[in-house]
Amino acid sequence: MSTNSAAPSAAPVLGRLGHRRSRHVKERIIEGLLLSAAMAAVATTLGIVFILVKESIVFFSNVSMVDFLTDTQWTPLFSDPHFGIMVLLSGTLTSSAIALSVAIPVGTILAIYLSEFASARMRETAKPILELLAGIPTIVFGYFALFFLTPILKQFIPGLPGFNLLSAGLVMGIMIVPYISSISEDAMRAVPMALREGSYAMGATRLQTALRVVVPAAFSGLAAAYILGISRAVGETMIVAVAAGMQPNLTFNPMDQAATITAYIVQVAKGDLPHGSVGYQTIFAAGLALFLLTLVFNLLGYWLRRRYREVY
Amino acid sequence: MSEPRIAKGRAREDVEGIRALISNHKRKDLMFALLGMAALGLAAVTFIALFTGMVMDGASRLSPDFFTNFASRRAENAGILAAWVGTFTVMIVTAAVAVPLGVASGIYLEEYAPRNWLTDLIEININNLAGVPSIVYGLLALGLFVHTFGLGASVLTAGLTLALLILPVVIVATREAIRAVPGMIREAAYALGATRWQMVQHHVLPYSMPGILTGVIIGLSRAIGETAPIVTIGAVTFIAFLPPAPVTADPPFLSFDWLSSPFTAMPIQIFNWTSRPEEAFQANASAAALVLVVMTLIMNALAIWLRYRLRKNLKW
Repeated sequence: MSTNSAAPSAAPVLGRLGHRRSRHVKERIIEGLLLSAAMAAVATTLGIVFILVKESIVFFSNVSMVDFLTDTQWTPLFSDPHFGIMVLLSGTLTSSAIALSVAIPVGTILAIYLSEFASARMRETAKPILELLAGIPTIVFGYFALFFLTPILKQFIPGLPGFNLLSAGLVMGIMIVPYISSISEDAMRAVPMALREGSYAMGATRLQTALRVVVPAAFSGLAAAYILGISRAVGETMIVAVAAGMQPNLTFNPMDQAATITAYIVQVAKGDLPHGSVGYQTIFAAGLALFLLTLVFNLLGYWLRRRYREVY
Repeated sequence: MSEPRIAKGRAREDVEGIRALISNHKRKDLMFALLGMAALGLAAVTFIALFTGMVMDGASRLSPDFFTNFASRRAENAGILAAWVGTFTVMIVTAAVAVPLGVASGIYLEEYAPRNWLTDLIEININNLAGVPSIVYGLLALGLFVHTFGLGASVLTAGLTLALLILPVVIVATREAIRAVPGMIREAAYALGATRWQMVQHHVLPYSMPGILTGVIIGLSRAIGETAPIVTIGAVTFIAFLPPAPVTADPPFLSFDWLSSPFTAMPIQIFNWTSRPEEAFQANASAAALVLVVMTLIMNALAIWLRYRLRKNLKW
């Protein structure tokens, strides 16, 4: 302890202590670098909001918000331009509704089956198949809807146009099934075994246990799965761009062709639009509408998922 | 005398009622199991139909020429050379950006991040970004990379865009892999005087590498099929040249001109061919889609296999 007597042996120790100081600095630098990498996510969100808002402000200085929300025509590139987002929204909502009417029942049944009914071996084979299905590029699904499903549907529904919301929506539904089933299954498997055992001990069948014990207990997880499914359907682009046509059309009829918000953005961006033209700005306004729509669903889904994680 | 008899009769009725009830519930249980298998069957049938449809339409076009020809106005001469080279170069940029950024973010969030508002902000952002439609990333790239930074519709722009798109996938995979490393490993490293970074570098990272790799492969397999963002940045659909080679004869022997080269990619080529009215191009689209699907399936199968092996071999 006393400095004098320890002096000879203290020199190397002091040297190492000095070394520790540089170690400390290096540690702080590394931590700073890692933090700045993690901030990339925040920067991306800020970048998205900044770009969408910046271009939309210019757009809304030319077009009034009331027209944007209430006009029933979408003809931004005509000499008499109309900017009614409702037209594109109708296409988005119709195709999403068709997709979800397939994806939610099939996804839920599949999740219940895999979590409560299937044997371990069945589950081990089924899950990779679903993952592979989820990994197929959406452009390939679009191609499938246009060239495979539409001709089949035409045989049952005479007069169905080559581009239609029905075929695009159905294929989109099948695409979303793996997302919904995997999140729902996770939620159901997080339900403690004791609850199931209690139910079985009362003489309930697997179905009764699933529907009256497991599903209610995992409800917020299921709701999160549905909401993330909605968000995915609303934001899906290539399937509708390929199979539903690109004609803006205010319709809720699945047999019609119609452009969705996403298909419109693809259509405009595909052509060469001069930077700063009204057409260029419309895709950012449409993109902002899309971003806000999905943001609400994503935050809701995130909140619900966190809730079920905290319970058990 | 008659009262117990009535009770007996009632009891019998009750028992029969209960039996009927039980068999009814058992029937429903069985029906639901069949329904579940049917749902699984629907997924499998779709997968098979998709695959056989593509093979039937496109197999005739799959010749070596198809891979070595540029796009052409004549369907029978058209190939996917520019498309697969473009996809390959874009993937290199995507991986080079997304992997370091995503792994570093994952390490920060698992090993360094204090519990404060900043960490919450980052977490909420990552979760939200995972759900942002891919086309919105395309708009970000169009506004920021193409017009603000002036990078044009180049390989670099596309690579950066897709890197941002798969960043959440890489981050989440990294975090899960790191979380699986038990705490005692960290304590052992600290006990020997390691700093936090030494502990991460020498222990946590090597042990979580297979898990991270799985996430990176899944992320890249998603990026490879993404069409909407690169259509939005204005990738050219008809290209009859390759990007300049990265290695040159003159010093300094390395050239990065390929980064600023215009490009096309597999999904864009498919999109272009599906939107043509001639039936001959439809066969090309099928063949190209088949190639793309096989590419993503191989990547996904690799990831699934890696994860399976990982789960089997991991005994802490």
